[in-house]
Order: sequence, then structure tokens, then C-alpha cells
Amino acid sequence: MSVFSDDEAPAPASDSPVPAEGWSRTHAAILLLSVLVVATCGLIYELLASTLASYLLGDSVTQFSTVIGTYLFAMGVGSYLSRFVRGDELGTFIRVEVMIAMLGGWSAAGLFLAYPLADDFRLLLYALVLLIGMLVGLEIPLLIRILRGRFAFRELVSNVLTYDYVGALIASLAFPLFLVPHLGMIRTGMVFGLANVAVAIALLLVLREQRRVGGDLLASALVAVSLIVGLCLAERIQRYSEVAYYGEGVIHARSTPYQRIVLTRRGGELRLYLNGNLQFSSRDEYRYHEALVWPVLGRVAAPRHVLILGGGDGLAAREVLKDKSVQHIDLVDLDPEMTRMFRQTAQLVALNRGSLSDPRLSVTNADAFRWVRQARGSYDAVLIDFPDPTEYSLGKLYTESFYREVSRLLAPDGVMVVQSTSPLVAPRSYWTVASTLEASGLAARGYHVYVPSFGEWGYTLAAHDPARLASAAVLPAGLKFLTPAAERLMFDFPPDMARRATPVNRLDNQALVRSFSEEWSHYEG
Amino acid sequence: MTLDIGRRGVLAGGLAASLAGCAGEGDKRWPGKLLGADFDRGHALRDLDPARALAETGPEERVGVLIAGGGVAGLATGWRLAEAGFDNFTLLELEDEPGGNARGGANTVSAFPWGAHYLPIPNREAKALIHMLKQFGMIIGEEGGAPLYDPYQICADLEERLFWQGAWQEGLYPATGLSADDSAQRDRFSAAMAAFSRATGRDGRPAFASPMALSSRDETYTALDGGTFAAWLDQQHFTSGPLRAYIRYCCRDDYGAELEHVSAWAGIRYFACRRGWAARNVSDRELVWPEGNTRLSHDMAKRIAPHICPAQSLVHAAPQEGGGVLALAYDHKAKALRRYRADALVLAMPQFVARHLVAGISAQGLTYAPWVVANITTSRCPEGPGVPLAWDNVSAASDHLGYVVATHQTASGADGPTVLTWYTALSQGKPEDQRRMMLTRPLAEWQRLIAADLLAMNPDLTGAIQSIDVWRWGHAMIRPTPGFLTNPARLAGEALSGPVFHAHSDISGLSLFEEAHYRGVLAAEATLSFLDTPYESLL
Repeated sequence: MSVFSDDEAPAPASDSPVPAEGWSRTHAAILLLSVLVVATCGLIYELLASTLASYLLGDSVTQFSTVIGTYLFAMGVGSYLSRFVRGDELGTFIRVEVMIAMLGGWSAAGLFLAYPLADDFRLLLYALVLLIGMLVGLEIPLLIRILRGRFAFRELVSNVLTYDYVGALIASLAFPLFLVPHLGMIRTGMVFGLANVAVAIALLLVLREQRRVGGDLLASALVAVSLIVGLCLAERIQRYSEVAYYGEGVIHARSTPYQRIVLTRRGGELRLYLNGNLQFSSRDEYRYHEALVWPVLGRVAAPRHVLILGGGDGLAAREVLKDKSVQHIDLVDLDPEMTRMFRQTAQLVALNRGSLSDPRLSVTNADAFRWVRQARGSYDAVLIDFPDPTEYSLGKLYTESFYREVSRLLAPDGVMVVQSTSPLVAPRSYWTVASTLEASGLAARGYHVYVPSFGEWGYTLAAHDPARLASAAVLPAGLKFLTPAAERLMFDFPPDMARRATPVNRLDNQALVRSFSEEWSHYEG
Repeated sequence: MTLDIGRRGVLAGGLAASLAGCAGEGDKRWPGKLLGADFDRGHALRDLDPARALAETGPEERVGVLIAGGGVAGLATGWRLAEAGFDNFTLLELEDEPGGNARGGANTVSAFPWGAHYLPIPNREAKALIHMLKQFGMIIGEEGGAPLYDPYQICADLEERLFWQGAWQEGLYPATGLSADDSAQRDRFSAAMAAFSRATGRDGRPAFASPMALSSRDETYTALDGGTFAAWLDQQHFTSGPLRAYIRYCCRDDYGAELEHVSAWAGIRYFACRRGWAARNVSDRELVWPEGNTRLSHDMAKRIAPHICPAQSLVHAAPQEGGGVLALAYDHKAKALRRYRADALVLAMPQFVARHLVAGISAQGLTYAPWVVANITTSRCPEGPGVPLAWDNVSAASDHLGYVVATHQTASGADGPTVLTWYTALSQGKPEDQRRMMLTRPLAEWQRLIAADLLAMNPDLTGAIQSIDVWRWGHAMIRPTPGFLTNPARLAGEALSGPVFHAHSDISGLSLFEEAHYRGVLAAEATLSFLDTPYESLL
């Protein structure tokens, strides 16, 4: 299939007035409508490429600016090249549509899938933008030529440009308001690809009595089928291509028997996701981890033995190791791959300062729910940093039974802390942790802190001796966030997060998982 | 006939294989074992003339009480004797391991059940059982006057989920896609069962009790035993499709039989007898363990371990004129006959076996449901749209009974490897036909069928199945068919008086742990009375 020449058609004089025989007003109307469609599609592909580039490469102003610039330039090239199209303008237009449908329709899916594979993603991105831009640039000049003679020139230019700009408006409003939030980028591409190929098929069907359209129709049908298949598989492509899911550059992704670990980077910011849930952002994790560790260690005179449950990223351990009185840390995390990754990957070791390789720390890869039942020992401090209770299985790690086992491991003067979800988003869930700790025979006290990437976040301190919790924390110098004054403030709960009556979370009622999913679903709307 | 079964088998296998093919498992073969009761041992002595063998002289072993059978009833008999401080007894068990239906296995991933896998929180009237659960640390104290159960042994939330219209939902009764009539019928059915649960007969007993022997004899209720549950449901206009499907599931799960086979009394009993007595609002829950009821049988066996003689089966027994019983047993390890002279004999075995061994025992009118249980080891936990994995997972679209998750109680990670115990009651058609089909179907065919059923509800397990072991239970459960309450064979078992006693869930007509346990305790106490040994009744 050749775009720029058509050897089989007799070459008519270059500026012949009215084209082929058998033209009706319907044909003209279809062609004008196709101006609207191709204009909308053209802008959509441009927006897709720009958005995708700013997702993957960061710095949205630069990405939008350079992608749009390249695209417009490529359209100019296309317009220029249109002069070399001779003969069958309509046939060429139809083939251009089919090619745009294929390239534009699959552009988002293709770029997402190619991102982790391509050595130079920028090269690929701009090559695709150039190619689509060029083809789109061919459309309007060709249409004007096809329609010439059907309308007075004055009317023709006015009509085509009007539809062109209306199409641009439709695309630019629909893209952010409806398409990206509801269809997602991959489906949006497929849908507009289908619109392009629909124009081609409509024209071919109209023309089928005047010429042989079999080959073109077959090609169009194949492209349409590929787009429909793509549309059906969009969900899978999305999941398969995590860059599409996270909207950030994925630098490490691994499925273990326990979870999907994904590490992303955007600019200088590293983020860790477990099963799609954000665990930390390197930008503000110090706030989260200082607030997790120091209110506990600051209330134990000389913490020698420390237990960390969860926390396979080694970030809590990094804080604990700053305390020189600590002789030994036992860290229990389910997933060996998680602890291996945070012991060996350079960027992560830089973040946790090699805490997982420290001779004072030993890692046990075990299910904490089982581990605490058979563990012996006495810990001066226990830090519990599990993922949120999104599932029944995780909810077990927040039950009265579990806290009873932990309290057995907690020294009489010891203090423990539990990461307890957001007291602002999920106040009932948050205070359920305190009620449950109390039901297990411990004293509990809540506090909260603002972590930008999480929002308002909550923790619960617990101890055998309530006086431990009431005392002021002794904090080391040189923390990035916590000072004695800031620490005191954390214990103040304004009315929207204030303590409320909650049930006790037990294995047989999983009250926490139930309230958690309800409260967060309200929040996420 | 054989040919016919073969052809049916091939057809079923082909269908299953094509389903599995759709799920991407194609012609996959899984490692696995085909297991079942030791048929050779069971049938080893068919040619023996036991009466003559018994008449021949030989060395005799003297024992106070001989318990024949090491299933739940036999173990409960031994446990009860030991509780009374009576230790002059011997328990013979055909298999290498006692436990009967409450047996299990283990692999590197988890322990798992081969049969019965839960115990409902017992009613207040199940005194002996409650006594035992205290002793075994399953009841850890009292709160507000009611037993406080160990939270680790109560089934953790989420207990049940149903695969219905393409998604998993909580509970076993569909919550969506029901017509107004379906919902109205469900509410009316619940109300009717609640009324039966509260009802008391003219004799002052609850209409439906657990153990069943403590139920009212009032004809208002026992008359229900005259017809099938299906007929009763029709007569009460309980015709809603989803409701009938739910009730059918319950019936097959507890009795291994269809609504058309089960007595209305037994059917209603399932819904109306449970009034669990427990602190902290768990009265309607179940006790579960990774290895299922093996936990209970092990704990009982541990207490009476020195008395258990595995791989020995009773061959023949006869009461003697001068008192006592002369019994002949076959030692399958030594391949030799052994003679026992006992003061009393407790037959802790189903009646279809007992009738071959002791004169005067009948199994007339008793039928038994065959079951197949598979343990499927998977490299990851099942998932699926809708609510997350529960302990018991059932598909409304399947004709089988779903699966329970062995690691439900012990693990907090929902993603690691696990063992799924898959159940089916071969309840359609005649039990003997189903039993023959079950025994002739090869392992690979069972595996294909089971994998296809599992992957239909959990396509997410494609590629995760590592092995499928299959256990065939020829006579898994006695079927409580209409008239079972007044069946003379059953009543005879109930009435046996020394020196031969009978202890088995067959006497209750219900193959349930709590029934077998009750019958064992009852027989043990009757034996103690017969031997003039003082004891304080646990009943």
C-alpha cells in the first residue's frame, strides 16, 4: 500500500475541477463529518503522547511543550508532503486513515508496553509522534482537495477549518474531563483509533459500487479487529504494564509468592508499592519513620532488644540503629525477596543506610502471625509496621489475639507502637486499634502526624505500664522532623479525629477490615 | 454394565478435560495419590469361617472392655473410660491410624483434613463434648457464665463465601440477583426454622437437639420423619430456585444426600438444632483446624494411646454363657488371628460392618453415601472478583461442594502456597452405583474433573496447582432417609445391652462428630454401669 502515489489509477490532470462521477450530497456530508472526526482524533493522539511523556519522563511542562511542538511540526511536514500525492486522493486519504487508526489507536498501549524494554524511550516516543503527526498533517490538505468543487472555495475553507477547530475543542475538553478518568489512556487510544478506521470503512462502503475496495476494506477490518481486541485487553495491558498503572517510571518490579513489589522513580523521588498500595515515598518517609520509631525508643530508658514486625524496607531499622544502646534488632518480614531487595539494591541501601546488613540486626522471613505464637524473649521496644488492614488475612495482624502474643514478648517496662492507618480518613478503624490493644490488656495512646504522600497518618503506642505512655519522650538530636515540641503536638487530636467508641477487632469478627474498607471507600468515593 | 460405566466415565472425563482446556490447563497431569479405606484389609477375611475359628482353642488375651473400631465413636468410648479412671480396655483399629472420618494428612505446606473438617460450637446440652473441649484447651475459660472459646480455634472471619453470578460474595446464600419472591421465601424459611429451633415438645425437650437423642419424641415433630425434605418444602411452598439450591447444598454437606432422599425431620434438624453456647457472640460459629477434625481424634487418641492396637480388626464375637464375650481379631501386620476374652465389647463401627461380625445385628434399611475428598496443593492462594478468600468457598454454579483452605487459621499472608480441601458428595442416583463409579474411575480422571471444577470458580489458579491427591470414601455417611427415626435396625443398636454395646453415629442416623462422640460416651457409661464401676455421668 503506497500513500504517496497510486500507480493503478490513471493520473488525472493535477487541478481537475470536479472529481469522480457519482458524487452526492451524502458523500460530501460524510467527508465533512470525517473532518470533525479526524480533527478530534488527531488532537487526542497528541494529548495522549504528551500526557504519557510527562507520566513517564516527569517534568510535564517540558514534555507537553516538546511533544506538542514536534507533533505540530510533523503535521507541517505532512502538509508539505501532501503535494506529492497525485491521482487517487480519496483512496490515499482512506489509507492514511487506516494507518493513523493503527498507529494512533495503539500508541498509548504500545508506549506503555515498550517503556521498560526500550533502551532510549525518548527516541521511540518522538519517532512515533513524528509519524502520527505527519499522517495527520496529510489529512486536511487531502480532504480539501477531495472536496474542492463540491463547495465554493470560500465555503470549503470555512467548512473544513470550522469542523477542524470544533473537533479540537471536543478533544481537548473530553480528554481530561471524561476520557482519562473514565476510559484510561490505553482505551482512549483504542476508541479513537476505531473512530479513524470507521471513517475509512464508511467511505469504502460508499465507494464500493464505483470501484474495487476489497483490499482496503480487508485492511481496515483487520485494523478494526486489532483495536477491538486491544480494547477488550486494555485492563490486562494496563496491569501488565505497570507504568500505565502507576503513572510513574517503574525501575524495579517483581512478583513474589506473597506480593507484587514495585519501585518507581519520578524525578528524584523513589516510591515503593506493595500490591499497588503506596508504602513510602523517599521524599517524606523520614517523617513517617521518625514518628514511628522515636516516640517508642524515646520512652524506653535504654532499649537493648528491639523487635520490628513488618518493615522489610529497613527504614524503621535505620532509625532504630541510630540509638547506640540498641544491642539487637529482630526483624520479621514475610517476604524474603523484599528484604533481599532492600539489602542489595544500591538506591535502596542508600535510603536505609544499609540497615539490613548491620551486624546488630537479624532478619527472619516468616509470617508474623505464626512467628509471634512460638516466639520467646523479652523486647524493650516493639515496632509493628504492617500494611493497612485491607484484607482479612492482614486484618489478623491487628487482632486482640495477635496483640496478646506481642504483649507476652514486650518487657514489663517496654513500649510498642502500631501503624494504625489514617485517623482522619478512617477514624473508626484508627481507634479500633487502640480498643483492641486495650482489650489485650495493654494501655494504649494514639498520635498522628502529617506525611504529605499519605496525608494525616496515625499510630498507637502501647505498654504494660500506662505511666510509660504518659511520660515525655527523650529524643536524640539531629532528627529531620521530630523535636520535643513537635512530638507533644502529635498526641493532640482535634474533634474530626477524636477518639470514638469502637468494637474490639477479633479473629472471628474482623471488625477492623470491615470498617477500614467502608471508611476508605467513602473517602475514595 | 462395566462397559457402560466406563463409557460414562470417559464422557465425564472428556467434558472435564475440555473445561480444563478452556482454563488453560489442557492435558496437564498433576502428581497425586489415589487413596481410600484399606479395601484389602476390609475384605481380607471373607473366606474365613469365623465361628469355627473361634471354637478352636488357642491363647487368649483377657481384657475388661474391648472396643472394636477406632473412629470418633470408638475413641470417645476409650476417652470416656479413661476419664472415669478405668484403664482395663483395648481398642482395635483396622487401619494404621485411628480417626475414621476424622483423619487427615500433612505436607510441607500445611496439615489438611481427609474427611470431617469442622465442629459447630456445641449446644449447652452436649455436656460431655464441652467437658472434652475444656480438657483439650479449646475452651479456655468462662465469660458471663458461658464457655469462652480459644480465638485461634474459632473459624476466623471470613468464614464463607459464594461464587455467584461471576463474583464472590459473603455467606452461602446469594445476596443479589434475587426476585422479590426469592427474598420473601428465604425470609419465610428462616422464620420457620427459627420457630423450629425455639420449639419444645410436650415432653419438655427441644424439638431438635444436638445430640439428636435429646430431641423431643413429641409426634408433632417426629411425624416429619414420615416424608422427604423435598416433599415438605414443596408442601410449604418453598420453591424458590436459589433457596432450594442453598438448602440442597446444606443437606449434601451434612448428610451426603439429596433433598429427595433425606427425611424432613433430618433436613429441618440441620437448620433448627444449633444453639451454640458460647461467650462473645460466637454461638453460630465453627471450630476449625488446618487438619480438620483430625485435631479432635488425635487429642482423644493421645489420651488413650497405650490402649490402641492399630491394624487389627474384629472378625467375629459372641457373648459367652458364663458372661463376657469371646472375640476373634485379625492382626494385619502379623497376619495372624488373635483371641480376646472381654467382660464387655463395644462395637464402634457402622452397622453394615457390624452385622457380619456379631449375630443379631441388622443393617436393614440403612444406606450410606459415598464421598470424594481431594487435597489440592497450590503455589498461591485463590483470589477472584468480589470478597476475598474465606475458609469455606462454594460455587453456586458447581455441582460439588467447594473447598476449604487449610492455612486459613494459621497464616496471615493471603498470597503464599496453600492446600485446598475439595469435597463432593456422590449423592445423585443410587449410592451403590455411585460407589462403583467412584472406585472404577482412575486418578487422572478424578484430577481432571476436580481441577476443572476448581478452575471454573478460580481461573486465577491456572498454573498454580501443584498436586491433587484424592481420597474415596465408599461409605462416608449414613443417610437419614425417611423413617430412620423408627428404623428397627437403628433402634436395635440403641437398645443393645451388655455384654455387647454399640457406639456409632449410625445409631443417631447422622454422620456427625458430635453424634459419634455422644454415642461413644453413652456406650462407655453403659459399659461402666454394666461392670459395676462407679463413675459420675458426663451426660
